[in-house]
Amino acid sequence: MTSAQVHDHAAYASQSHLRDYVIGFFLSLVLTFASFGAVMLKLVPAGMGLVTIVVLCVAQLVVQLVYFLHIGAKRSQRQNSVIFLCTAGLIAIIVAGSLWVMHNANTNMMPTHMSIERAKLRD
Amino acid sequence: MSSASVHSHHGHGAAASANDHAHGHHDTGVTTTLGFWIYLMSDCLIFCVLFATFGVLVQNTAGGPTGRELFELPFVLGETMLLLLSSFTFGLASLSMRPGNEAIVQRWLWVTFALGAAFVAMEVYEFSALLHEGAGPGRSAFLSAFFTLVGTHGLHVTCGLLWLVVMIHQIGRFGFDAVVRRRLQCLSLFWHFLDLVWICVFTFVYLREFV
Repeated sequence: MTSAQVHDHAAYASQSHLRDYVIGFFLSLVLTFASFGAVMLKLVPAGMGLVTIVVLCVAQLVVQLVYFLHIGAKRSQRQNSVIFLCTAGLIAIIVAGSLWVMHNANTNMMPTHMSIERAKLRD
Repeated sequence: MSSASVHSHHGHGAAASANDHAHGHHDTGVTTTLGFWIYLMSDCLIFCVLFATFGVLVQNTAGGPTGRELFELPFVLGETMLLLLSSFTFGLASLSMRPGNEAIVQRWLWVTFALGAAFVAMEVYEFSALLHEGAGPGRSAFLSAFFTLVGTHGLHVTCGLLWLVVMIHQIGRFGFDAVVRRRLQCLSLFWHFLDLVWICVFTFVYLREFV
């Protein structure tokens, strides 16, 4: 490679290589089929279904973050990675908190003796 | 002005500026990309709130149809494949991004556009089928949350499609100067990010109904 080409390479394709995208695409494909297969073909025992698809979902998120969005521990990626981790923390708090609080409200404060029809009549 | 002359002119300009900008102006590009990343994270929070709302309301079908009765998984798998493939073809476009490759990058971006447009078309079809069955957003809290969440994602993809067309035009017009490269980098982040959101959608909205 001439020095001009090396320079071009550094300037235009600084963070990514074809190999990254192929690996990322292949892993995503496998994980997607695993998710749909587990549910559509009932490959996992009852009760384990939700855990399985959540694990596969998180795995695919990580794969795409690393191979497509180039999140990582390298110096050039660190800023993005830290911001992402903060956001992920916020997301966890909002989602888990909402589900927890609303579940408690539902089980403890719902008028249990009221059917949908009666509730509609009372408005 | 012939496109060839614009081409070579920009080719030299870009190579020279890559040299100059290595230390000086390079900063502004990085800052813009970082700013765009922060925007994406705030967008992430919008989706996060919509997912939380959906999670809270998913049982509240008000005697109407449940997701299990409405959704068809093979159809969703098709949508997923389209979006995943489009993410990959965008990757191929950004890999070939160097002077002289304008036509190749434009071609990959058109492929990405076609896949994204097919995804949006499938979603519009799904929505119209649901509305036709009487399962519109007004039917139950579950369906309101469903249409809001999935519709917001679809709207993002549609904006991405518009942005793609604009960038394909700008590549033809300006070649790969620093500004166009930076914009393509931002669009690439945006497009991959939408695929990430879709992974959560097909897991928590569609597949979860059938486990």
